[in-house]
Amino acid sequence: MNTIIFRTIAPLIVATMLVFSIYVCLRGHNEPGGGFIGGLIGASAIAVLGMATSATHARKALYFDPLSFAGFGVLLAGLTGLISIFNDNPFMTSIWLYLELGESTVPLSTPLVFDIGVYLVVFGTISSIALGLESDEGEEP
Amino acid sequence: MAAPDLSAAMIETATLPTDWVVVLPLVLALMGAALLLIVRQSRGLSFVLALVSVLAIIACEITLLLQIFANGPVSMTMGKWLPPFGISFTADAFGASFALAAAVVTLVVLIYAEPEQPASVGGGSFYALVLLLLAGVTGSFLTGDLFNLYVWFEVLLIASFGLMVLGGRAIQLDGTVKYGFLNFLATTVFLLSLGLLYGLLGTLNMADVLRVAPQANPAAMAGVAALMLLAFGMKAAAFPVNAWLPASYHTPPAAISALMAGLLTKVGIYALLRTLVAVLPATRDLLEPVLIIIAIATLLIGPLGAIAETNLRRAMGFIVIGGIGAVMAGIALPNLAAISGAGLYIFHAMLTMTALYLVAGLIERFTGQTDTRQMGGLYAANAPLSVLFLVLVLAAAGVPPTLGFWPKLLLLQGGLEMGGWIGGLLVSALLLNAVLTLIAGTRLWAHMFWRAAPAEAVPVDRLPILPLHWLGTGVLFAMIVAAGLWPNPMLEVVRSGAADMLDPARYIAAVGLAGVTP
Repeated sequence: MNTIIFRTIAPLIVATMLVFSIYVCLRGHNEPGGGFIGGLIGASAIAVLGMATSATHARKALYFDPLSFAGFGVLLAGLTGLISIFNDNPFMTSIWLYLELGESTVPLSTPLVFDIGVYLVVFGTISSIALGLESDEGEEP
Repeated sequence: MAAPDLSAAMIETATLPTDWVVVLPLVLALMGAALLLIVRQSRGLSFVLALVSVLAIIACEITLLLQIFANGPVSMTMGKWLPPFGISFTADAFGASFALAAAVVTLVVLIYAEPEQPASVGGGSFYALVLLLLAGVTGSFLTGDLFNLYVWFEVLLIASFGLMVLGGRAIQLDGTVKYGFLNFLATTVFLLSLGLLYGLLGTLNMADVLRVAPQANPAAMAGVAALMLLAFGMKAAAFPVNAWLPASYHTPPAAISALMAGLLTKVGIYALLRTLVAVLPATRDLLEPVLIIIAIATLLIGPLGAIAETNLRRAMGFIVIGGIGAVMAGIALPNLAAISGAGLYIFHAMLTMTALYLVAGLIERFTGQTDTRQMGGLYAANAPLSVLFLVLVLAAAGVPPTLGFWPKLLLLQGGLEMGGWIGGLLVSALLLNAVLTLIAGTRLWAHMFWRAAPAEAVPVDRLPILPLHWLGTGVLFAMIVAAGLWPNPMLEVVRSGAADMLDPARYIAAVGLAGVTP
């Protein structure tokens, strides 16, 4: 994919997709979307970046190893479930916090953090697979 | 928008922090695996973190077992939803003691395998996969929900798949394809049976299924149970779907095949025990003739295969299959003695089969061979190894006073209590299995240790046995010997587990469904 058009446009597409993936992840609680689908969109963005530049470049742009994102996601999701030990509830009981910001109320909750964990798991795993497929033979994975 | 009133479906009482021990082993294993995935570039750090996680899991499981012993089964339903809406984790003495044995086996294998991990970048991925495997196994033993059981089956299938190909030699890929294909098929059949069961009953919580199953159409329930028998039979490598086990277990490195031999088939047979004996007892009675035939065939096919085999670890695979037959015999004989025997056999097989594979790995390192025809003269060369192997073979065959004797004794007692030609057939099959296993094991021992060493035609690359190898094997061996000489605690644990399986009142009460009418 070494066309100049694609290489020029790719950063724009990637940035838009990444922002959109976060939007989809966050609105998932009441509307279609959520961590899983958001993670898929985010991973597609990384795959596009890998195609336009190179897998090595995309890995550098991610800074952390893709699978470490996935591991951190599981860790985050597990920790949100453990919080409810402190208010005498079973594992994975949701805890809500309603922030009053002027006109609107922003509901924050442990399921939201759990969903961010899911986002990271899907994002990390699928990016890792996509970049693995895009790597050239012999390239350091 | 007003929130709908859900108080009727929620748990209103506070959950005691002590109840958390039923989910903590699983959460720790899963989060440990995630943490190891992050630090997998550093082999040393991975090893230490894996050891700490497994030790923490063992501590939780000992607490859980003590709690069950004091107050009966422990249960927790996630997210404050009343069962059957929330997913329940319910542990009785069987589930908790098997989960404990699985964690102990994992600890030993971690120590044993440490010197074998590549020092290159990413040498720690082995530890992440082992912890993921442990998460799958622990979840399967502690869950109280059939769909959740399916999820843990998938987790442990994926982890074992990854462990089997780690290293990527051609023979490993060959074994993994056979293993993976048949196990994916089995998991699919299990999922089909779950779909049918949910359609029939509208619930998959084990305690709730127990409550509503008597009202369902018995013919349809028998179909569901038959599908489960097929699925778990494949997982457990029972006759006639046992061919994948000897074809795949000898391909990965010894430590990994030890872990699989100790854990995977036991999870399959435990799931069969749990679903048929504890959750769907009425359909188990319908399937009894099939169960008896499978039990007898598996009991005999296993050791016969081991006698015919010359590859050391393939022969071990057949001995594992013979052990599955012993548990099947317990499932076919639903009385207290036989079910206790089946439970104790699973516990014994987890420890003994792992130890056998670990010792087989040591023998392969020492001789540089995998085929027993090329070995010989080991007794003169390495006497401790020969003692380890002989005692473990005796334990696998069930010779007193080893650990393997006690479950066989309980199973025989169960068969005699049953009486009639069914009891007689199963008792003879169990005794024949012990004799055949003894023949197979001592034949291997005589070939490897007693016979004079063959003249070396081609030089082989022998590997040294390192201190950590001896430590891992020795710890497990000492536990097996100690449990064999002092079996009373384990006998009490399995009696309590078997009593809860045959009379599920305490189990249902623990989940919190005692007062609910259908």
